Amino acid sequence: MPDLLLEIGCEEIPARMISNAQAELQQRVTDLLKRERLGTAGKITALDTPRRLAILAESVPAAQPDLIEQITGPAVSVAFKDGQPGPPAHAFAKKAGISVDQLARVTTAKGEYLSARITRQGRPVSEVLAELLPREIATLYWPKSMYWRRPGERFVRPVRWIVAMLDGEIVPLDVFGVRAGNESRGHRILSNGTVKIPRAGAAYMDALKSAYVLGRDARQQHIRKALDAATRAIPGARWREDKSLLETVVNLTEFPSVILGNFDREFLDLPEEVLVTVMRDHQKYFAIEDGKSKLLPHFLAVLNTDADRDGLIRHGNERVLRARFNDAGFFWQTDQKISLLDRLELLKNVTFQKDLGSYHQKTLRVQRLCGWLSQILRLSGREVRPGVVHKAVCLAKTDLTTELVKEFTDLQGIVGGLYARVQPLDPGLPKVTRLLIADAIYDQYKPESVEDSVPRSVEGAVLSIGDKADTIAGMFALGLIPSGSKDPFALRRQANGIVKIIAEHKLAFRLTELMQDARCGYQGSEAEQKFKNPDYVGSVNAFLRERVEFYLRDVRGFSYDVVNAVLAAGWDDLVDAIARAEAVAAMRSSTDFESISVAFKRIKNILQQAAENKRAVADAIQPNLLSEPAERELAEQVPEAAKQVEALRSQKDYRQALAAISSLRPRVDKFFDKVMVMVDDDAVRANRLALLQNLLREFSTIADFSEIVTEGKV
Amino acid sequence: MHSSVSKPLTFQELILRLQSFWAERGCVLQQPYDVELGAGTMAPETFLRVLGPQPCKVAYVQPSRRPADGRYGENPNRLFKHMQLQVILKPPPENVQELYLESLTAIGIDLRQHDIKFEEDNWESPTLGAWGIGWQVMLDGLEITQFTYFQQCGGVDLNPISAELTYGLERIAAFLQDVNSIYEIVWALEPHSGDAVKYGDVRLADEVQFSVYNFEKADVEKTWKHFELCESECKSLLEAYAVLENSNAGKKRFPLLAAYDLCLKCSHLFNILDARGAISVTERVGVIARVRVLAVGIAKAWVDQQKLDQQKVDQQKVDQQKQEPSANGLSKSEPASESAQSELSKALSS
Repeated sequence: MPDLLLEIGCEEIPARMISNAQAELQQRVTDLLKRERLGTAGKITALDTPRRLAILAESVPAAQPDLIEQITGPAVSVAFKDGQPGPPAHAFAKKAGISVDQLARVTTAKGEYLSARITRQGRPVSEVLAELLPREIATLYWPKSMYWRRPGERFVRPVRWIVAMLDGEIVPLDVFGVRAGNESRGHRILSNGTVKIPRAGAAYMDALKSAYVLGRDARQQHIRKALDAATRAIPGARWREDKSLLETVVNLTEFPSVILGNFDREFLDLPEEVLVTVMRDHQKYFAIEDGKSKLLPHFLAVLNTDADRDGLIRHGNERVLRARFNDAGFFWQTDQKISLLDRLELLKNVTFQKDLGSYHQKTLRVQRLCGWLSQILRLSGREVRPGVVHKAVCLAKTDLTTELVKEFTDLQGIVGGLYARVQPLDPGLPKVTRLLIADAIYDQYKPESVEDSVPRSVEGAVLSIGDKADTIAGMFALGLIPSGSKDPFALRRQANGIVKIIAEHKLAFRLTELMQDARCGYQGSEAEQKFKNPDYVGSVNAFLRERVEFYLRDVRGFSYDVVNAVLAAGWDDLVDAIARAEAVAAMRSSTDFESISVAFKRIKNILQQAAENKRAVADAIQPNLLSEPAERELAEQVPEAAKQVEALRSQKDYRQALAAISSLRPRVDKFFDKVMVMVDDDAVRANRLALLQNLLREFSTIADFSEIVTEGKV
Repeated sequence: MHSSVSKPLTFQELILRLQSFWAERGCVLQQPYDVELGAGTMAPETFLRVLGPQPCKVAYVQPSRRPADGRYGENPNRLFKHMQLQVILKPPPENVQELYLESLTAIGIDLRQHDIKFEEDNWESPTLGAWGIGWQVMLDGLEITQFTYFQQCGGVDLNPISAELTYGLERIAAFLQDVNSIYEIVWALEPHSGDAVKYGDVRLADEVQFSVYNFEKADVEKTWKHFELCESECKSLLEAYAVLENSNAGKKRFPLLAAYDLCLKCSHLFNILDARGAISVTERVGVIARVRVLAVGIAKAWVDQQKLDQQKVDQQKVDQQKQEPSANGLSKSEPASESAQSELSKALSS
């Protein structure tokens, strides 16, 4: 059984797209082989470099196995006249490719029919692949693609060669007008250009290696080792680990090496954030630090060539970095000429969103919202230091007008924080307060992902929440609601951020109130006239509730039924919801809790059925109608237990409250054991239903236990 | 640093080498366009040539003005006006990347001694309704060229597409000569005395005075007036073309090229207003859209006008192919390109 090789040779594929495309191509080829009955027991592996995506499949069947099919023809009564085959029988036999006397018969519910067993001959693998692979290649997904030959034919960059081989034989396929052959291309500069592939399999890897092309893993290892080796030249230093940068440089090289470069020590006076951004984002250099994580005046560049023999490459890279740092330094100095305070006015000219007005207007809204939020938090007993939030919000967006942020957009917020640290802000402002303001501004976009940390201080948390809530409110009011993969304003990420900040800072307030107040900020504004979402409250609450669910489940790891149960009893006070979730999660394994959950499910079902059958529920429990001892006992225990649970709940001692609810178990069990609810007597039934409803209402304030998945029967 | 191997090129030698390189590969050498442009892409040799089916190969230097980038001649890396060497290959040959790398060798860069990477960088000009897919070419960490496969221009889908190579001449020269300031680049060497004429000698006054004008002196009200005059004349021309309908003779001599000059002026005047701080961020998008409307209108009209010529060329091709059935696309189309070229030149000089 032959080995298969497919290599798509392409002009340089964007680094960010290679890995996904590679995985997709591998999946597509694997699926294609399976679908075409050419599945292999051997390994299917992939290789990618900036200029190629390749798939190697071991031991592919040389041909599809023959396919035996039973096909049904016309009814015997139609096909045969007087025991003799008529035209329908002949036509069917011809279609099946057999003679009339080879036809068989099958009996179905509708009667007897002619049938034929036919063998579809399997096609050679080469033929199948030549026909089907081009479409798989042409339909690969790319975040951004182009055409170069004719409109309609799209790929990430022009395809320049194709290698398609089964062992040593070329598979005759044609993609974008390129005929497959057995010639690949080596490293642009180091190799002689083309490289002949003798056969599919390990020989391909060897051929590439001889042409200075390494696979992804080899490149990654190589780069890591080379980074280590280069850093050793500086005693006590280490290179700063950066996974995404490493992935980028792996995807930018076919035969990597590393050089160590230096920059003038005086540049270390610039903020580290700026230096690292220049090195990482603009130059794709790794930073080097000392044992205390302090930046050192060196960098590591990953080359797409074997060595820098004459030091020309190092010299060139140092030149570029010096110019970049000079620029950054120039921007830093220029920016100091206008203080952040004076820049507030400039925000009137910076659009936040075309329908939502300027950043100046946003600043005023967020100020109001954060004022309200600070007040709420103070009332809940949290210390929010005065003068910090107000000033931080006021200056938060002013860095959008600085040269440094225009040049390094990723540093927005951070630059504002850095500038606030060195500017007086207000005369007579104590240094401590100024630094707190600076930190809050610096952290305002945090957390940028689920993994990222939240703002360090409560004041920073308030600013970050207020800013995000204002954006979400405006967008939702405009009707710009994320759906599916469409979330152009990253509202989900921002909402996730809000949720994470609340949870980690343990901020006690209601999300529904936050969003309501955020919407109020737009009242009477020009933007409001463009609002067209008739169900702002419903949609924004549903959206945030979803984010809370996501957080509890995927970030905190609560099982989905615990999350459902807890949120059904209230979702918008997140800190409280987390405390309840923790209690439920801790209690759920106990047997009492388990059977209480079963009982609650049962109660819910009974009440539901009663509602469906229009059975009345009494307004209040009539003690004189409680005839059975089991129901009397339960009815007696409920108010008592309810009082106890309520007391514990108000102290937020949810575990004890749950324990109290669980203690109802013997009486609940006994009730269901001895008492029939749906009796014929209307008054008794209505009374028993009232008892159950009362039970459900009193004890579902911490969690809706019927949502808990139990193993027992309901 | 490079002189140990051979003397680095002066600025003007760099231009001459690149021009000869591309001339030898069939490019028509155009001269810089004589209207203020923000980039070589805006010259009619690119903006209009990439439209329509006619093949085209052209190279030219284009001084490109970006008023907001001016730094009074004080920043060693930034200029109000920089020089681009622009190459258009339509359709791009299969070995276009290799050709490009050869051009680097031609200007004295030994690729074996350097690190070359093609990093994703797509180009877009909202003002021109144009965009393309491509890379920035990095040489030892320095972006030296923008390499773009045009996909759309003036809002028109291109077929065939063009490859555009834009060399940043100052950056390359500073790299070759290993100087830290653009103003230190040797522009020319006096052949007898060996005295150097530097970039600063040639251009510094330009940078200082235009920075002063663009940032401080440009009269905002008058500049707006200029803008509106150019815009309205360009619009009138486009409207006049639109009502010509089926009058082929009238269409063929219609001055769309003049309309395009007016559009270019609008673009430049917008840039001055922008540098002057006279356009708020909210307004910006709207003004860009106004220029784009002109550019898109001209592109559509131009495609329409070219069809009149194309009909003639197609007929010639059919006649030729009758005599010679195995016609090879690229080489056969070259005469057509040259004839179109001379027609455009004629139109420009008239």
